[in-house]
Amino acid sequence: MRERILGGYDDFVLPFMTGMAFILIYLFIGLIRIFRHMPAQDRTRFFKSLLSPSIMLKNAKDIVNDCLLHVKIFKRNILLGYMHASIALGWFMLIVIGHIEVALYVPQRNGILYYPVFFRYFVKQEGALTLKGSFFFFLMDFFLLIVLSGIGLAIYKRFRSRALGMRRTTRPCLADRIALACLWSIFPLRLLAESFTAGIAGGSFLTKPMHWLFSNFLSNDLHILPTWWAYSIALGVFFLALPFSRYMHIPTEAFLIMLRNAGIKASHPRKGFAEAEIYSCSSCGLCIDACPMNVNKRNLKYSSVYMIRFLRRRNEKKTKAIADKCLMCGKCVAVCPVGVESCNLKRAHRATRYNTLQYNYSYLGNGSHPAHAHADTQDTPDILYFAGCMTHLTPSIIKSMEEIFKLSGSKYVFADKDGGVCCGRPLLLAGKEDAAREVIARNSQLIQTSGCSKVVLSCPICLKVLKEEYKLQGIELLHHTQFINSLIKEGKIKVKDGGESLVYHNPCELGRGCGIYKEPQEILQQVGELRKGEYEGKESICCGGSLGSLTLSYEERGKITQGSLNALTGCNPHKIITACPLCLKTFAEKSPVPVMDIAQIVKENIYTNTYETYSL
Amino acid sequence: MVKFGFALNPSSRIDLDKTDREKFAQLVELEPDVLKCMACGSCTASCTAGKFTPTSVRSAILEIQNGRWQQALDMLKGCLLCGKCTMVCPRAINTRHLILAINEVYQSGK
Ligand code: SF4
Ligand code: SF4
Ligand code: SF4
Ligand code: SF4
Repeated sequence: MRERILGGYDDFVLPFMTGMAFILIYLFIGLIRIFRHMPAQDRTRFFKSLLSPSIMLKNAKDIVNDCLLHVKIFKRNILLGYMHASIALGWFMLIVIGHIEVALYVPQRNGILYYPVFFRYFVKQEGALTLKGSFFFFLMDFFLLIVLSGIGLAIYKRFRSRALGMRRTTRPCLADRIALACLWSIFPLRLLAESFTAGIAGGSFLTKPMHWLFSNFLSNDLHILPTWWAYSIALGVFFLALPFSRYMHIPTEAFLIMLRNAGIKASHPRKGFAEAEIYSCSSCGLCIDACPMNVNKRNLKYSSVYMIRFLRRRNEKKTKAIADKCLMCGKCVAVCPVGVESCNLKRAHRATRYNTLQYNYSYLGNGSHPAHAHADTQDTPDILYFAGCMTHLTPSIIKSMEEIFKLSGSKYVFADKDGGVCCGRPLLLAGKEDAAREVIARNSQLIQTSGCSKVVLSCPICLKVLKEEYKLQGIELLHHTQFINSLIKEGKIKVKDGGESLVYHNPCELGRGCGIYKEPQEILQQVGELRKGEYEGKESICCGGSLGSLTLSYEERGKITQGSLNALTGCNPHKIITACPLCLKTFAEKSPVPVMDIAQIVKENIYTNTYETYSL
Repeated sequence: MVKFGFALNPSSRIDLDKTDREKFAQLVELEPDVLKCMACGSCTASCTAGKFTPTSVRSAILEIQNGRWQQALDMLKGCLLCGKCTMVCPRAINTRHLILAINEVYQSGK
């Protein structure tokens, strides 16, 4: 292999170089902007994270898995995963091998940006093909074939998205279309260019046969230069359109992963970390199908992808409408292959409008706490039971829990027996951050000084905020499903199979919110025949009652509830079981079958003889 | 002076002239549910903050209709946005958003 074009330059590299220079400058400025807008402590955090070997390892792993292999998309749909992985990995390998070739054969051209890209144009094969040479030829053709197969799938998907497991996708904007057209043409053009040149620079199983094929009816040498020009132009235009298109996610995503692994979260809806998130969204549209607001195609325009698009375009009015409408159920975040925490962006957006509203919680300071009566005495019960506001509106849960405490012989103190204050999560969700902090600080202090070592909660909304924001020292937080499950495991209560078929509705705040999936399942398998709903685990859909939404009307919520119920009752269960007072209340209004909290069904099926054994 | 035989306590006398139609229209635009309230008081009865303070959505709505929006704002200052009132309202009023909307519209109008 020897240099064919002296000087290693030809005019056709100009379009590519223009695009490349533009995108590099653009990315550099973007990077500076993001850092400038980040709070100072986040910046320090990020740079510190670069020094930690474990975080760096995680960065490398996540970048390979998410940006190259697209493992998350593979898990969702193999074809869709293959499409993303083949293009990303194939392209990446072409770049890497291109650089290796340059380093090996024309080391004097190392570091010239365009050289590896147009390598085949500039070099000439001399003498017999060596093993090393044919190995690189093979690799280059192989990865080119991989990319081309991915592009083929992408073209197919554009016209038939259902085949790749997606019902609805986003409508591309102009820049998207331009970038897409370039992306589709880059690799076929590269194939053509390399094929025409294969007679001079050599090739392998793909480019060589193409070369012979063309030479039968085309004059290959005449076509060499125009195809290289076309290839260069396609690349150049792609880079020029990139910042204004959805494909900006390709360079941004890796940076987002590093920021996220450093533990940074969005503190502003548009700037700093949020900006990295916004540009990382690939507009893939997976969040459209996921969103419960889209039952019956009603509220497509409120999906996260559009919120992100409007944030990016700085369309305040539309962003506000979506930010206030969202149920904050977290399903779009759970399915997002990039991991864009769109709920945090919505919260931050709400905060810009609602955080400054006046409030006065001075009354919180005066509330005395029933738990305190026990604080100094020897017989402080271990367990603090915190029902929460919502549970007080569905007191059957409280009664069941009291019964279960009694039957299992657990000593407890009922913290909000006479009604307590709110946990602060609804305030946080509404963006009233400062107000929430005040409530949280007061409640934390009460719980911390109560002398209990375990808090059992009936409301997953409270559980989530206690877990994430309360910073309680040495206190274990349990949802009542976890508590009941441990009672059953320890043999403190015995349950029987009630002979009914049950379907479990996984509350958003308990499942996606707190990661509790296993315990409710284990309990329900023992008290009845547990059937599968349409959406299980992480994919569960909101009941429609969520406090997260500020502006959904009762009628709109009703449709979501109905959709969710339809998905649950497809398996013809006797009962729907849930583990959240808000879901219970919301479903009970519309459900064709009885709805119960898990505590209620457990109480119904406790062996009565355990009553004799345990209640002395 | 003619005596009619009864007298109104001035402090609770309703002065409809003080109602700010423009602001109220803004409020209705933000949260049309405000028109649906039938003053049943379920929200007040279930209110978390109401246990400690005179927080009451019902009264706040009435005060606004009577032009006493400052009283309404004071009445909602203790609200924790917990959502119990939304859950119990028989007219399915989105009270949480109504509370935010009242604050948004009337707080700026000092
Ligand atoms: S937010 Fe995530 S799931 Fe939604 S379009 Fe963007 S990348 Fe896809
Ligand atoms: S959080 Fe839930 S309701 Fe909101 S956009 Fe995501 S999926 Fe839809
Ligand atoms: S519960 Fe609803 S209808 Fe009744 S007073 Fe309150 S807001 Fe009005
Ligand atoms: S949201 Fe506010 S007004 Fe409604 S019940 Fe809760 S504290 Fe009371």
